[in-house]
Amino acid sequence: MLRIEYVYWACGLLLLAAGAFELRDRRYAQAAFWTILAVCFFGGDAVSAADKAGNALPAQATGIAVIVLAAIAGTGLLLRRPADDGDAPLRRASAQRLGNRLFLPALAIPIVTLILVLLTPYAHVGDFALIDARQSTLVALGTACVIAAGAAMLLTRASVATAFGESTRLLDSLSWAALLPMLLATLGAVFAATGVGEAVAHLVSAAIPTQSRDACVFAYGIGMALFTIIMGNAFAAFPVMTAGIGLPLLVGQHGAHAAVVGSLGMLCGYCGTLLTPMAANFNVVPAALLELRDPNGVIRAQWPTAVLLLATNLVLLDWLAFR
Amino acid sequence: MNYWPLLGIAIVVVGFARRMNPALVVVVAGIASGLLAGLSIPDLLALLGRAFVSNRFVLILIMTLPTIGLLERAGLRERAHSWIAGLHQLTLARLLIAYLGVRQCLSMLGLIAVAGHPQTVRPLLAPMAEAAAEKIDPALDDEQRDRVKALAAATDNVGLFFGEDVFLAFGAVLLIQGFLSQHGIELDPRSIAIWALPTAIAAFVIHALRIVWFQRSLRRRRKPRVAREADDAAH
Repeated sequence: MLRIEYVYWACGLLLLAAGAFELRDRRYAQAAFWTILAVCFFGGDAVSAADKAGNALPAQATGIAVIVLAAIAGTGLLLRRPADDGDAPLRRASAQRLGNRLFLPALAIPIVTLILVLLTPYAHVGDFALIDARQSTLVALGTACVIAAGAAMLLTRASVATAFGESTRLLDSLSWAALLPMLLATLGAVFAATGVGEAVAHLVSAAIPTQSRDACVFAYGIGMALFTIIMGNAFAAFPVMTAGIGLPLLVGQHGAHAAVVGSLGMLCGYCGTLLTPMAANFNVVPAALLELRDPNGVIRAQWPTAVLLLATNLVLLDWLAFR
Repeated sequence: MNYWPLLGIAIVVVGFARRMNPALVVVVAGIASGLLAGLSIPDLLALLGRAFVSNRFVLILIMTLPTIGLLERAGLRERAHSWIAGLHQLTLARLLIAYLGVRQCLSMLGLIAVAGHPQTVRPLLAPMAEAAAEKIDPALDDEQRDRVKALAAATDNVGLFFGEDVFLAFGAVLLIQGFLSQHGIELDPRSIAIWALPTAIAAFVIHALRIVWFQRSLRRRRKPRVAREADDAAH
């Protein structure tokens, strides 16, 4: 069965290869960074399994690895390689030669993912499922990436080493931004475990005039957006704000429809996601991937949409929840 | 109630505002919050490690890198560029609005991972958008080029976020349903998802108008320069 662990191992392999390439080029900070991360990917399941069995030691070692990774990033040693645009004429010639066939492996990633996701319920031999249904999207994406990489190697007549060399080049240009989404998810878990959310909800609900329906709608919607900006994730903000304001004040005191409150509350949170560097995989990683000079360039491009949509959501919440 | 862990948020805000390395800021904030909440160091380390490995899925995007790297080396971006340049009917606004619509529809069907910044924006949408912008202004400067690419990334985000919430069997809707049922409110997922539809439509309209607006501003920027060059030629 294709399980998510295999995809993690493939990621680990790719990171390990990046570590080896960096070591060859005597870029020791980068080599250490990618190799430590690779070990976390290979050992992740063993860490989780040991943790469940009551042995916290591997998890603690991973915790130390997280701190070391952040420290390497913080030293500023992860310098990017100087951009080398010397082979631009070669690229143009190859683009001319291969034409639209170049699009095929790139399009294979979304299309094969789509096919595998749709096939998941039917892909089994007897009782043996070929794709793990619990994680089918991620497994499908991982598998599609391997297939697309094979197609790209065939098309461009490149070796596996060249493929890993190219992924190293791109990882290098992402640098620590590649790690940020995982670190932020980790911070979210720490905030959740230390009661940061409850403290925020407590402060907000103490500050609003609860008799006013509009004030409660405003506090809930803006609170969802603001707390999402802090946490970088609407899913983390939702339970806190809804338990603190949405349910007791809007539904309990003012008689709002719970379905509308839940749905539009989450969407107010999504507007916050568009506004925050804490949502690294949507806002910071793309800026690095697209080599924008302003790391907040993506947020700059989307804040007007986010603000207008947040206002729309508040109006919709006020109108639809109290029909 | 212990308000001290809130200092973790303050560390993040100050660290980001002072443009310190975000990876370092985030980990320091986590450690500070944990210690201020009274966690012991071994417990805090275990919490960090446990959360880190259980969030490995967010890094699966790196699996796309070998394909994208190989294709870029073979001229993918150059090809995307010249393909768009040859399609005269395809303007920047039409390209981005079509992408927005398709992305929203796909997310409404739960097909979230089929597109994204590494999968589709960097190799395809961004170079196509650049080429489409160059049809408006052949002498696009670096700052405008960055704005075009950033708008392409923003379009992917808006399309993903405001389609996903309409889909029944994944993520947001199930989280809302599960949370409400924990608090004694039993609802059908469909009755939650339906209320995301007005926002989905509003998101499409607002962002599409902004794309059109951006295209107009590109056109306006070009006009004075073209006129000036014509003037120069006349002298």
